[in-house]
Amino acid sequence: MTPLPDGLIVVAKRDCPTCQLVEPLLPDIERQAGPLTVYSQDDPAFAAGVRGAQYDSTLEHSFRLQTEFVPTLIRVENGEEVERTYGWHRDDWRRLTGIEGLGEDLPMMRPGCGSKTLEPGIAEKLELQFGDTHLHAREIETDADDLIEACYERGWSDGLPVVPPTPERVLRMLRGTDRDPAEEIGLVPPDLAPCTVEKVAINAVMAGCKPEYMPVVLAALEAALTEEFGLHGLLCTTMFAGPMIIVNGPVAKSIGMNSGGNALGQGNRANATIGRALQLIVRNVGGGRPGEIDRATLGTPGKYTFCFAEAEDSEWLPLAEERGVPSGNSAVTLFAGEGVQGIVDQKSRTPESLAKSFALALRVVDHPKMAMAGDAVLVVSPEHSRVFIEAGWTKARLLEELENLLQFPGEEMVAGAGGITEGLPEQYRDKTIPKFRPGGLLIVRAGGTAGLFSAVIAGWAASGPVGSSPVTREVKV
Amino acid sequence: MTQTSVMLDPTGELSPAVRARLARPESLAGKTVGLLDISKPRGDVFLDRIEERLAEMDVTVKRYRKPTFTRVAPTELKQQIAGEVDLVVEGLAD
Repeated sequence: MTPLPDGLIVVAKRDCPTCQLVEPLLPDIERQAGPLTVYSQDDPAFAAGVRGAQYDSTLEHSFRLQTEFVPTLIRVENGEEVERTYGWHRDDWRRLTGIEGLGEDLPMMRPGCGSKTLEPGIAEKLELQFGDTHLHAREIETDADDLIEACYERGWSDGLPVVPPTPERVLRMLRGTDRDPAEEIGLVPPDLAPCTVEKVAINAVMAGCKPEYMPVVLAALEAALTEEFGLHGLLCTTMFAGPMIIVNGPVAKSIGMNSGGNALGQGNRANATIGRALQLIVRNVGGGRPGEIDRATLGTPGKYTFCFAEAEDSEWLPLAEERGVPSGNSAVTLFAGEGVQGIVDQKSRTPESLAKSFALALRVVDHPKMAMAGDAVLVVSPEHSRVFIEAGWTKARLLEELENLLQFPGEEMVAGAGGITEGLPEQYRDKTIPKFRPGGLLIVRAGGTAGLFSAVIAGWAASGPVGSSPVTREVKV
Repeated sequence: MTQTSVMLDPTGELSPAVRARLARPESLAGKTVGLLDISKPRGDVFLDRIEERLAEMDVTVKRYRKPTFTRVAPTELKQQIAGEVDLVVEGLAD
């Protein structure tokens, strides 16, 4: 980059009426207060009578001068900018040029216009060409007339169309985080390929994320890559589960996530694309694809995307706070989730009755005769949670009551009992068996305000140290 | 007009940017070979001779024909060929 020329610099464009207003003054300025450099953004003939006039066809000078408006007048001394003004303000122009009677016939003030460097689609191109952001991902050149089809052909899609990850879009996505694009988040299984912030941004573009979702996607990936979460096993398993994301804290509202009606369903961009971005990272960076290392027998629709926010209520401790995140901070909790099993109970009006309904429904996780295998998330709707809250039951109280209700006599659970060969080993016959391992049942509040329905989301049958444990990570906004 | 576009690679970059062709089979034994006539004049002469040679090698041959060389093969025909054969030989011009 060449140093700034000493003297005065004017950045202008023909398209701007205020620039046309000052154009006749420029030869005088050059003569009386030169040297003067004029950068024209659109017309090579602008300020033709000025020796120092240049056509800034690539907009490089305008970009490097961080021009936001035209005309911009800058005074440079010893290669350093000392002052600038934009638009036409007669007093400012007189002070910067040192010419007392400058523009006597012109009005006192006229606002300028936007610089061409900030026009839609231009800013990112200039940043890529002349800026400090350096992208490292391999560039794939294609002459395909439909980039979405080109993405399909390269195997980058989960089956739905992806947004083609052009450098401009990736740059915009990277604006959603302060983190260095080259920073490595971790190694993504099964290929254990290093995943940088830039690769996260590329896949977030493809998933349809907005830049402001990036901190949530990054936190979700960090949680997914922990040893406790066990992503490798999860994506290889013949069982159903995939990584599910529960979001807590102020970020959920600020990026417009859905924790209300249809929270587990379609229709909200943040819910849909954050979960999808994580799955696309697994697919593309990690190489975890169905039919290859993903050996799921049936899978679950949640493997496209599974992400929602908790409908936090002042009476019930949010999931992330239960798991140690300070109040007021945002966090994601990753859970190896299968599908959604509804619990319809429209008649219980006491916490005791409703807790028994929940326990009955939770018993079917994996199989009614299996225990301490899969974890589970119980999603309690607002109408159901009201039954507990009005009776003074905290979330912790409900959890405790459910753990008491979910103890079964071994003789019902062992192989062969009830005429069913599936079941626990014979050694458990005389014991009392808890359905879930300690810490294996999570409760979150979500859903629309009408409907006495809650839901069980069963976890992967390999839970805890032998498989996957839920992992909570703070979102660094 | 065709325009070159650039996309950033979302993968772990463990495989080449340009996809490799499918590996050639080590032998034709037990394979079924499709011969696709694209309806160019005398394409059948070429393909008849290929069929003779393949028959001598005890390779099963199935014959197909595009309605016209001026259009890509109809989807039904492509699906039929993909379902019935392991390899395809196609004559591209006369």
